[in-house]
Amino acid sequence: MAETAGHGGGHSPLAQFEIHHIVPIKIGGYDVSFTNSSLMMVIAVALATAFLLLGMRRGALVPGRWQSAAEVTYEFVADLFRETVGQEGRRFFPFVFTLFLFILFGNMLGLLPYSFTFTSHIIVTFALAAVVFVGVTIVGFAKHGLHFFSFFVPPGAPILMWPLLIPIEVISYLSRPISLSVRLFANLLAGHTLLKVIAGFVAVLGVAGVLPLAVVIALTGLEMLIAFLQAYVFAILTCLYLNDALHLH
Amino acid sequence: MVRAIFGSATVGPGVEIEGGAATAKAPMSDEPDPSPQDDFDARLQAAQAKRSKRNRKSDWYTRGSGLALAFRIGVELVAALIVGVGIGVLLDRWLGTAPWMLLLFFVLGGAAGILNVYRAMAGYGYGAGYREPKHQGDRTDRDRRPD
Repeated sequence: MAETAGHGGGHSPLAQFEIHHIVPIKIGGYDVSFTNSSLMMVIAVALATAFLLLGMRRGALVPGRWQSAAEVTYEFVADLFRETVGQEGRRFFPFVFTLFLFILFGNMLGLLPYSFTFTSHIIVTFALAAVVFVGVTIVGFAKHGLHFFSFFVPPGAPILMWPLLIPIEVISYLSRPISLSVRLFANLLAGHTLLKVIAGFVAVLGVAGVLPLAVVIALTGLEMLIAFLQAYVFAILTCLYLNDALHLH
Repeated sequence: MVRAIFGSATVGPGVEIEGGAATAKAPMSDEPDPSPQDDFDARLQAAQAKRSKRNRKSDWYTRGSGLALAFRIGVELVAALIVGVGIGVLLDRWLGTAPWMLLLFFVLGGAAGILNVYRAMAGYGYGAGYREPKHQGDRTDRDRRPD
């Protein structure tokens, strides 16, 4: 088994990230097939929707377990949003809540055996981050017009320093979507690879495989924490960027 | 047994973060201490020590979030550098000024990375981009003054 592990099969620790076509579709030379990644996204959206809709179906005054879970999730993000953005950005709350749930469900579903983690692909997280970045920039322009460019001038800096400071500020601003997407993608990619690598030792070591098995169990717990933490970080960063755009200095 | 194995497996990356958390926590738990009842404090500390030893969950949490923090700082640093180098290469290709724009924007990108890290750590917010300390009322007044 160990001999065949190297090439092919599902035994390579990176095999879990492979994209498989489920329904091949081609439009104008572009490959827009429905893949396992798309399937997991659809499942994540469906589960998140079901979680909230079915949880709030009764709307009981004294909530049951499911309703409590839905309410706690909502209040968690609502508190986060209120603290960082405030009342002014209330319109954007549904977006942040959707984003949080989508990433959270994507991360958590990825921990199930034989599933696929779509947030471990840089193109997915970068698309999410780019939507946030472009959206926030548009909000800033819509609210402040050309005054938005004062964002790139640190207040109190002497004019002599502006040629040096403005490029640095612009680069710092442009690095937002990259740091946002790389953080989420790399955390999940590294975590899942590590899980698979250590899990690979279990079968190879025979009786002593109990040791890596214990490590895998512990790591799975840590991965659940990271799955939640990264969804939280993505949401809070979106909130902070929104806050920046709404209240320029 | 599980605990021991996990501990030994993650001691490498975990040590520094735990050390930082411990030093940060020490003054917090010391502050309410200078009260007359030494006996109570001693018992409280004993109870807390016992609880923290038993309750590994908080330890897990600090370890996880500490790693996340460390990772975040690294990403902030590198992301700005990537953007800087990218801009430099594109400008070079556009203007035909072979290595100069790349060199310039490499340095600027590095500076922006340091700026990102400084802002993330100084509490100006979680991410890159300028943020003032939160005094929304006098914020505009202060900004107008230098002009």
